[in-house]
Amino acid sequence: MSETTVIQNTNFNATVEYPDEAVRRASVDGTPETLTLETRNLSRAVSGKLLVNDISVQIPPGEVLAVVGPSGAGKSSFLRLLNRLDEPTGGSVLLNGTDYREIAPRELRRRVGMVMQTAWLFPGTVAANIAFGPRQRGEILTEEQIAALLNRVGLPGYQDRDVSNLSGGEAQRVSVARTLANAPEGLLLDEPTSALDEASARGIEELLLDIIQERRMTCVIVTHNRLQAARIASRTMVLESGGLVTIGPTKEVLHDH
Amino acid sequence: MITELLNHLSGNLAMGLAQAAGAIVLCAAVVIACRRFGVHVEREAAISIARGLVQMVLVGIVLAVLLHGSLLVGALILLLMTVAAAVTAARRARDIDGSTLLSFWAIAAGSGVVLTGMLATGALQTSVTMLVPVGSMIIANAMNACAQAAERFRADVAANVGQVEAGLALGADPAVTVAPYVRSAVYASLLPRLDMLKSLGLVWIPGVMAGMMVSGADPVYAGIYQFVIVAMILSASGIAGLVMTLLMRARAFSPAAQLTLRPRLRVPSAQ
Repeated sequence: MSETTVIQNTNFNATVEYPDEAVRRASVDGTPETLTLETRNLSRAVSGKLLVNDISVQIPPGEVLAVVGPSGAGKSSFLRLLNRLDEPTGGSVLLNGTDYREIAPRELRRRVGMVMQTAWLFPGTVAANIAFGPRQRGEILTEEQIAALLNRVGLPGYQDRDVSNLSGGEAQRVSVARTLANAPEGLLLDEPTSALDEASARGIEELLLDIIQERRMTCVIVTHNRLQAARIASRTMVLESGGLVTIGPTKEVLHDH
Repeated sequence: MITELLNHLSGNLAMGLAQAAGAIVLCAAVVIACRRFGVHVEREAAISIARGLVQMVLVGIVLAVLLHGSLLVGALILLLMTVAAAVTAARRARDIDGSTLLSFWAIAAGSGVVLTGMLATGALQTSVTMLVPVGSMIIANAMNACAQAAERFRADVAANVGQVEAGLALGADPAVTVAPYVRSAVYASLLPRLDMLKSLGLVWIPGVMAGMMVSGADPVYAGIYQFVIVAMILSASGIAGLVMTLLMRARAFSPAAQLTLRPRLRVPSAQ
């Protein structure tokens, strides 16, 4: 098997096939990930208004960093800068020490996946959505790979479902699977549960926590839910008016703020 | 030439003005009827009527003066018409930098290709009296197609920013993320012209055919020639709509594959 490697998904006892490189980056056998995400004096201003103001933070491999703060604090703006959906007007982001402007945007976004508040699925089947990312690089996911990803997010047998018939929670699970199909080294979560009912939100949160831990992904989660931050993140940073107020161990930060 | 023009004007001016007055009265009645239903277009209608009348009188004067002009004069007139059309169409793409230039290239591409083809095949004569009226029809339709494509593409992308950015976040090429909106924009720009072609002769008999018949041309030939004109209008519109959409697509993203075309009323938010 030259193109793919078979690995066991211990949680669901299903066989998952990933491309060799994907296995190296996103295996579920506990291999530590190696992505260090760092911002240096990261800023973004629009029409003279500073949305993100001079933020420097380093996120070591496998760490989950929560970003909290009031509405308008710049949390989502900060997150969008991390995979360059928006352009910084000052400072930069480094991936393992390399300025991300030296990395092709499409490759950067594959390496640093993003799950948005809304699933934003593309019209069509669940399988087509999951295959979307790899297809952009000319990689074709097999039916087994798609089935394994759906098993992993708790949607076995959903391959042929039309996305218009999914509930909010199911759609968000497909969105997570679609992001994982790219085998990212880092994961950006932009309020991934805030648009869901409580039961769905808790299910998605548990799923994300499992995936982050088993893949040891470097992760940044924006949340307005402090309890969620406490459950998921080892460190938390507080933003206000685009600026960094404090950063530290989640328990201490949430206790002090 | 000026004496000839003045004689011509004095003979027909009174009748023309009387006919124009009748048309304006009818338009005013429609505006009043609209007003009764709460549709207030009084100011816009007044401006449109005044502009239309003045512009057509000026065009008539210019054409009368240039009646015996060369191909170069005709081409110059069409170029000026294309510039005016570009300025008009660009209003539908105000969110895009340099939209007037984009519109100009789109309209020039559509009408230029078609008019050149018609001249080369002899379907259109080089005299100003033929070139300018036919050319203006083609340019006007290319302008409408360009504006419709621009408006549709802008509206679709603005309404689907989330999906476009979801595609970008998955590592897709920008062109892939807006491909459905490119298709719908080009289709939207073609649809009125396709309907026009379908209804040709059944619902309406366009001006070229009517004019040729009034001038004594064979009705069958006049009908075939009218078909040629409408088919060329469709071609010019298709090219203009496609070129405009592709140019807008290129401007909708930054070099770093970030979506820069945003909803018009969107206020930058820190959240």
